[in-house]
Amino acid sequence: MTTLNPSQAPLEQAGASAEHHADHRIFGLATFLVADAMTFAGFFAAYLTFKAVNPLQPGAIYELELPLPILNTVLLLVSSFTFHRAGVNLRRGMNQRCRQWLLLSAVLGLAFLASQMVEYFTLPFGLTDNLYASTFYALTGFHGLHVTLGALMILIVWWQCRTPGGRITADNHFPLEAAELYWHFVDGIWVILFVILYLI
Amino acid sequence: MTATLTPQAESSRPPSLQPHGWLRYLSFSVDHKVIGLQYLVCGFAFYLIGGALAGAIRTELASPLSDFMPREVYNQVLTLHGTVMIFLWIVPVVNGAFGNYLIPFYVGARDMAFPRLNAVAFWLIPPAGLLLISSYFITGAAQSGWTAYPPLSLTTPAIGQIIWILSVLLLGGSSIFGGINFIATILKLRRPGLKLMQLPMYCWAMLGTSILVVLSTPVLAGTLILLSFDIVAHTGFFNPGMGGNVVVYQHLFWFYSHPAVYIMVLPAFGLVSEILPVHCRKPLFGYATMVVSIMAIVVLGLVVWAHHMFTSGTPPWMRLFFTIATAFIAVPTGIKFFNWLATLWGGRISLNSAVLFSCGFIVNFVLGGITGVALAQVPFDVHVHDTYFVVAHFHYIVYGGSVFVIFASIYHWYPKVTGRMLNEPLGRLHFLITFIGFNLCFAPQHWLGLNGMPRRVAEYDPQFAFINQLSSVGALLMAISTLPFLWNVIASAFQGEIAGDNPWRALTPEWLTSSPPPVENWRGEAPLVTEPYGYGVAADELDLKAASGRDLWSSGR
Repeated sequence: MTTLNPSQAPLEQAGASAEHHADHRIFGLATFLVADAMTFAGFFAAYLTFKAVNPLQPGAIYELELPLPILNTVLLLVSSFTFHRAGVNLRRGMNQRCRQWLLLSAVLGLAFLASQMVEYFTLPFGLTDNLYASTFYALTGFHGLHVTLGALMILIVWWQCRTPGGRITADNHFPLEAAELYWHFVDGIWVILFVILYLI
Repeated sequence: MTATLTPQAESSRPPSLQPHGWLRYLSFSVDHKVIGLQYLVCGFAFYLIGGALAGAIRTELASPLSDFMPREVYNQVLTLHGTVMIFLWIVPVVNGAFGNYLIPFYVGARDMAFPRLNAVAFWLIPPAGLLLISSYFITGAAQSGWTAYPPLSLTTPAIGQIIWILSVLLLGGSSIFGGINFIATILKLRRPGLKLMQLPMYCWAMLGTSILVVLSTPVLAGTLILLSFDIVAHTGFFNPGMGGNVVVYQHLFWFYSHPAVYIMVLPAFGLVSEILPVHCRKPLFGYATMVVSIMAIVVLGLVVWAHHMFTSGTPPWMRLFFTIATAFIAVPTGIKFFNWLATLWGGRISLNSAVLFSCGFIVNFVLGGITGVALAQVPFDVHVHDTYFVVAHFHYIVYGGSVFVIFASIYHWYPKVTGRMLNEPLGRLHFLITFIGFNLCFAPQHWLGLNGMPRRVAEYDPQFAFINQLSSVGALLMAISTLPFLWNVIASAFQGEIAGDNPWRALTPEWLTSSPPPVENWRGEAPLVTEPYGYGVAADELDLKAASGRDLWSSGR
């Protein structure tokens, strides 16, 4: 990486210490996730305001079915746990076990996406039906985009953890750490989204 | 991408002076100084374009009829003018240009925390700017102003509006990447031993600004994505005809765009706080109160947005809250103003171009600040909302404030960047014409607004003709003022007097290296400057390399 940490390293060694980079990159990613969370916060604020200020016509109100979204919530929460197990195993140097947990997390993420698609196709309203429908699809769609990206990241990390030849090892695990932080973030957003969209 | 290897390649051999090849300014360089200059030059190019658009506006308004261009074109021109000046000139220059150039010096680092992200952030800007301007030639640019309020933005031609949204999204992304980089650099990359409260004030200003960027820009991005859905997919988020709510757009838009004012002006506060102590030979007055007031502005700046919406049917409690919150901002801003005055007070001021522009900033900014407090009061705001009074107010903030500081900063740091001095008489001429032109252009607009001339119109009541012509003459002067400046910066780069390392005898770290600085900023260790404002003793007693202000301050007086 060209990420320099020159203040703490002599000039000729700048760019050598991987440990320092990991620190700053995780910090940078966390800052980015704050920004990302603000995007969701904007969407949530818009949704709640619409709900309070722009009541729907009678007959345009849908009772959302809960079983599928509850299943989705469980899928994501379990995948967060499995990802955590993957990280623990990697730090112990057990790449094979780590990869199994990663694969499981990715499968859970993809299952979430599949189940979300099932929900989309069974819902009685479309994107442009009314304000509520549009906001529902915008919110879940934007979150689904995040899950898609996250699942891709997990698969990439899974590939990079291969032994021998993978670049992720017990000592150099920034990509796994980054993907894990991102995945937990996407989970957390889902929980808030679930409460706001389905329960309130 | 070959250029991404530069820092590693260069760090493996002894540091040398920067290579003089100008091509690296067109490359994907990861050197923070190169990126800073890329931001500055690119921003200035867009300033000239935005200025030409302003010239077109003032030409049109020199007569009451829309005879210079059709009204649709006028709408496009004013939209482009606002967008270019905000997103392509002031925000990138006060943040990206000076931030990238100075922040690594100030924290004692050899580069930013994420040099490649930094280069990516810069290189998003030229394509976004070209995209925006090209829309004018393709199908006609957006016509709904820089605010893009629906339903106007939904009913004007769609392609121009979509291109506008795309380019603003790109610029917002660039801004967020930049903000992340500044936060990480200031908080994580400080030289060991350098405490936060020992940093030059510009670091604090950039930290506060970057927090605002990271918290508010994403909200604008989300809002514009929803707006583009309304345009492309015919959803009805902001379309009252489909049950949508335009006021929600305004809330979300101003949640970014009010902090955007501070994103444009807080770095300018920081830059002035660097310039004044050097040329007054006095420490910055009230360091701690400066820091606290910057952070207070950051917090308050996030909760005042609805003062832009007093005529949008906001309920009384909201008007009350946002009026009071806005009035509160005058307190930290006033503290900063008096701190600058106290810094000037009793100092041995050398009245050069940098100081003249800084003092011009203080004068203009106070005028803009006073009209700002006035506009925060609902009864007054309802009267002058969307009139030329508002136009005058915010130009006093963004031009009289930020742009004056950009010029002051160029006069101050030009010797460091190029190694040569600027021509001082030309600089003073530049200041004189700019100051007169600016005030002639915008002061009369207060009168226009108070008497009811609405903004964003190509035609107006003939009774306003004379004042508008006065304003247009001021705009012409502002255009002319660019000429001595351009001549100065170009000619001085070749024939200016050699500056030496530290022509101002300043104490902040960027002056404690050669001019221009070597690739990784210092040969050898970065200096530990714990008292960046330790002025107050005669020059011959001053050991710049080992300057510790507290000693100097106590012994020198």
